[in-house]
Amino acid sequence: MKQWRFEISSKQGFLDVHGKDTLEDIRQLNIESVEDVISERVFLIEADFEQEFAERVAVELLSDPVCQDYYLGKSDVPAGPMPATLIEVHLKSGVTDPVAESVKSALADMGATAVDSVRTARKYVLLGNVSDDERDMIARRILANDCIEDVIFGTDAEPPSPHTEPYQMTLTEIPIRSLSDDQLMGLSKDMDMFLNLKEMQTIQAEYQKLDREPTDVELETLAQTWSEHCVHKTLKSSVDMDHDGEKVYFDNLIKETIFKATKDLNKDWCISVFEDNAGVIEFDDEHAVCFKVETHNHPSALDPYGGAATGIGGVIRDPMGTGMGAKPVANTDIFCFARPDMKLEEVPKGVLHPRRVMKGVVAGVRDYGNRMGIPTVNGALYFDDRYLANPLVFCGNVGLIPREKCFKNAQAGNLVVVVGGRTGRDGIHGATFSSGEMTHEHEDIFSHAVQIGNPIVEKTTLDTLLQARDAELYEAITDCGAGGLSSAVGEMGEKLGVEVDLEKVPLKYAGLSYTEIWISEAQERMVIAVKPENLDAIMEIFNAEDVEATVIGTFTGDKKLTLRYKGTQVGQLDMDFLHEGICKYDREAKWETKKLSEPVLADKDSYNDDLLKILGSYNVASKEWVIRQYDHEVQGASVIKPLMGKDNDGPMDASVIRPKYDHDKGVAMSCGMNPCYGDIDPYWMALAGIDEAIRNLVCVGADPEKVAVLDNYCWGDCTNAETLGALVRASQACYDGAMGFGTPFISGKDSLNNEFVCDDGTRIAIPYTLLISAIGLVEDVNKCVTMDAKQAGNLIFAVGQTKNELGGSHYYKVNGELGANVPQTDIKLAAETAKRMHQAINAGLVRSCHDCSEGGLATALAEMAFAGGCGIEADLRGLPAADDCVKTEAMLFSESNSRYLVEIEPQNYDAFAKLMLNVPFGQVGEVVEGTKLTISDVNQNVVIDAELSELKKAWQEPLDW
Amino acid sequence: MDNVKAIVLRAAGINCDLETEHALELAGATADRMHINRVIDNPAMLDGYQILVFPGGFSYGDDVAAGKILANQVVHHLSEILHKFIEDGKLVLGICNGFQVMIKTGIVPGLGGAGKLSLTDQKVTLTDNDCGQFQDRWVYLQPGTDRCVFLDADKRLYLPMAHGEGKIVADSEDTLAQIKNHGFVAFRYVDADGNYGEFPINPNGSQDHIAALTDSTGRAMGMMPHPERCVRWTQHPHWTRLKDREGIADGMTIFTNAVNYVKENF
Repeated sequence: MKQWRFEISSKQGFLDVHGKDTLEDIRQLNIESVEDVISERVFLIEADFEQEFAERVAVELLSDPVCQDYYLGKSDVPAGPMPATLIEVHLKSGVTDPVAESVKSALADMGATAVDSVRTARKYVLLGNVSDDERDMIARRILANDCIEDVIFGTDAEPPSPHTEPYQMTLTEIPIRSLSDDQLMGLSKDMDMFLNLKEMQTIQAEYQKLDREPTDVELETLAQTWSEHCVHKTLKSSVDMDHDGEKVYFDNLIKETIFKATKDLNKDWCISVFEDNAGVIEFDDEHAVCFKVETHNHPSALDPYGGAATGIGGVIRDPMGTGMGAKPVANTDIFCFARPDMKLEEVPKGVLHPRRVMKGVVAGVRDYGNRMGIPTVNGALYFDDRYLANPLVFCGNVGLIPREKCFKNAQAGNLVVVVGGRTGRDGIHGATFSSGEMTHEHEDIFSHAVQIGNPIVEKTTLDTLLQARDAELYEAITDCGAGGLSSAVGEMGEKLGVEVDLEKVPLKYAGLSYTEIWISEAQERMVIAVKPENLDAIMEIFNAEDVEATVIGTFTGDKKLTLRYKGTQVGQLDMDFLHEGICKYDREAKWETKKLSEPVLADKDSYNDDLLKILGSYNVASKEWVIRQYDHEVQGASVIKPLMGKDNDGPMDASVIRPKYDHDKGVAMSCGMNPCYGDIDPYWMALAGIDEAIRNLVCVGADPEKVAVLDNYCWGDCTNAETLGALVRASQACYDGAMGFGTPFISGKDSLNNEFVCDDGTRIAIPYTLLISAIGLVEDVNKCVTMDAKQAGNLIFAVGQTKNELGGSHYYKVNGELGANVPQTDIKLAAETAKRMHQAINAGLVRSCHDCSEGGLATALAEMAFAGGCGIEADLRGLPAADDCVKTEAMLFSESNSRYLVEIEPQNYDAFAKLMLNVPFGQVGEVVEGTKLTISDVNQNVVIDAELSELKKAWQEPLDW
Repeated sequence: MDNVKAIVLRAAGINCDLETEHALELAGATADRMHINRVIDNPAMLDGYQILVFPGGFSYGDDVAAGKILANQVVHHLSEILHKFIEDGKLVLGICNGFQVMIKTGIVPGLGGAGKLSLTDQKVTLTDNDCGQFQDRWVYLQPGTDRCVFLDADKRLYLPMAHGEGKIVADSEDTLAQIKNHGFVAFRYVDADGNYGEFPINPNGSQDHIAALTDSTGRAMGMMPHPERCVRWTQHPHWTRLKDREGIADGMTIFTNAVNYVKENF
């Protein structure tokens, strides 16, 4: 085989976008010596074609004749006055290279059949007097990720070999029966099992009973299946809670809070809750919708791009693997980062800079979501420095599924078929890794836990699976996520038993051991159960669109998990022990009400500066830079887009899609989250999240009577009683909120141990973070409303009571305070207000409606005004305020829950007022001609007087990258 | 003829096929989504259709460059049948990734001759947006010719674009002049009043503000913006601001013109 090397560069006079981008990133590192960056693409092809054909490949396939040059071979350092530094970034051997696969198939189209391997790399030429230290820093911090890539410098270095060593099978037994407790814990640590002593002892006892030693693959299977990530040990444990000295006991925390609310509410429109890969509710007579949100935090900390991409790729497979498979119709993405302008020296060892994390995460979600052709319609960004080492990446997906396809039914005798991507060494130990805390050494140790995605494989898998579903050619489906085949096949066979021949699993490359095959978390794989008589028909569907599908085993009926490799049995586990054998935990939790006080801030004549600062704070500021990178309109279903208004840049409260082309019924999505309130009390934080998520849906026209929510807890180390106490408080609020609003939880997920131990031993724990994601239905999307002010002459009303609740507010935050009066929720009134608001919107009385939350009334008014390009004159005399809410600052910036700002045409006032009877509401202003927002206090002093352009600029600037 | 038939070509990574099929059906055609493997198996099936659409998406992940791998596949397997399709007076529309495929196969602007596919004669290309990123935003489009069947020469359209590689560049001033002088520019990016401008009015930095190209027949057109995403009023970003919502779904212009052309000429 000949080795061909192609270098592709931008032609003189054509913009090198990637090079320019890299130069900007280098400037961010404060490195001034680099004058320019040239970026090139390198293709390494092992094939037996000749020079003439190689030229054709360069001209016709690999380069663009208009704007690119090619070079066959390895080019020299560019001549010229400036010194040049060469850096090449190659994927480590075994890392998925999607481009390589496409190039291979294109070469086949050109007639080249004998192609051994294709690898791609990126080459950078740094021009300027760059020191070796600077070069290394640029390579490490910007160009390459050690987890998945190798860097080579100069023209002489050789890239990593694309070939891997073949695998020689040896059956490995791990002696466990006679180990001491210390030795058991040593084993758990050495094998990265993340199991504690009690669990290791349970396993030991089982093998003592069986009178044999476990094989490695058996232990690995138990570690995956029993990982926090897969079974949520903490939320299911019994808890002794001490709340300010008062004892509360839970036999099973989640069953007695979140699950209980769903059970007690017993809504007949809930089809499948907390059972399947996603929660399922009714949409209309023909279809249901399912919704799931997952986190992908630890991988995103190590490799932001790959971690986030596989986060969205993974959660898309949840609806695909729900019931008999749903069609994904919308994505939602919520991220938490540290401040992106943090100084380099503030970032501890083993941690990536938050700006790099944010750029990588956004790019990962963008590239995967956009390629899948699923609109990313909803999201949020939240900044707090405690997310520095543990950024949070929540990815969610909504799917549409026929009502009669909501349940699966695998039977004994069905074949186990794996569909989609091949299995590689990527993502080994992801499930156990994500269950532990991170340290500065994780970068090295857990690089193998990072997965690399190939969205096009997932897309073709989806295309064909939906055809096979509609042809009724399989009996059950699930996705391969955390734990890989071990979890997917293990769960699907839980009630039946299953035999798997591991050598049949198609591999990306040689060299994987039977254990690696079984636990690899390689992406884009689905597992289905197929009746033998349907095998030919289903394979025809996959073959027709070049999708790989392979029979790897059979569901048996013996309630055992049996693993073989080339005929040798390598493991056998009792399904009951695997799924039910895990011990239960008793935990202690403690919550002491914090002793906090309200600050006393001086009254001011003008609050313009505070408003500008709040609008320009990262949490409130426009997220347009992110939103525009996501295709939020693919599938042609968008009704309420994330940005609308006069100039398409106003922040919508929730998104609405119309998922069926021939029906006007819509699905609305929103979220609520405010970790800042959790610093005062996680109970009120959780309720505020529920209230906000539901309120956001109501604002755009969804019916609050049919809203379902998801919980995603991201917490610190729950073996700490106070951390668990906070979790208990939040869970109690989830129960109360769900019951009060009549809003069931239908699915959820938790990610615990989000703590980081720095090399100096300091521990950073994230703030208590509970994301509430809500999904609602809109009966007729033509009645939806948006938040942008529409027309001068219309009246602005505030609905809901404003209280003296500045605790945890953005107003306090920009003034360096936390405060004590965290917004509390009067659930009964909140639910009633939501209902009335919906009636008003449904009756067509409302021209615009905006959620009043972060930044309070003043911020919401400013957003309505500049989104609509209309002036607003507001007057606090009409504000429905509680008796204790007398200070102007509280009226302007208090973040009391359950409040809406509403624009009404004057002739609709009477009808609107009638609907609001007994709900606090009052006229706070009017839409006016002109380009200003003015707000007068109760004494008729103008306290805010600002040009809309100035407000909008403050709001748009911070994240306008 | 009344029974207008359109074929929407699918491939790995194509993801706008369903809404494109829907838009064609709203315009009165019967549309079939078809995987390219089936067309390669049986190219003669194209004889049964009068409109061929290369829809949007990320064919083969846009690996190497946007639309490149699919263009390579089309040229190696379907050159003859597509040449015949265009010679027969039928219509070819490429949207977003479909436009990228059409420009990289040479179908538009067709400087080598209408319907002549080639991977080596390409003089115009679509490359990375100047802003360096994928962008989803709405743009105004001013028709640049009166000899393309898909557009109304006096009707400015408002449509969404969503792409990372949509900047049109020509290999020389001569080529650019040729495209302009021959009326191959189908649409240009403008503002609401019809004026040219920088980003975001011209969202990707295209030369001469070009958003869409046709060929010498006027029956093949490739465009970066997505007409299939604006076929009913609730897709319009200002729909909640407007009291009169009839007729704001500009995307229908493209599909209706195509279907009507076939009805009148076949």
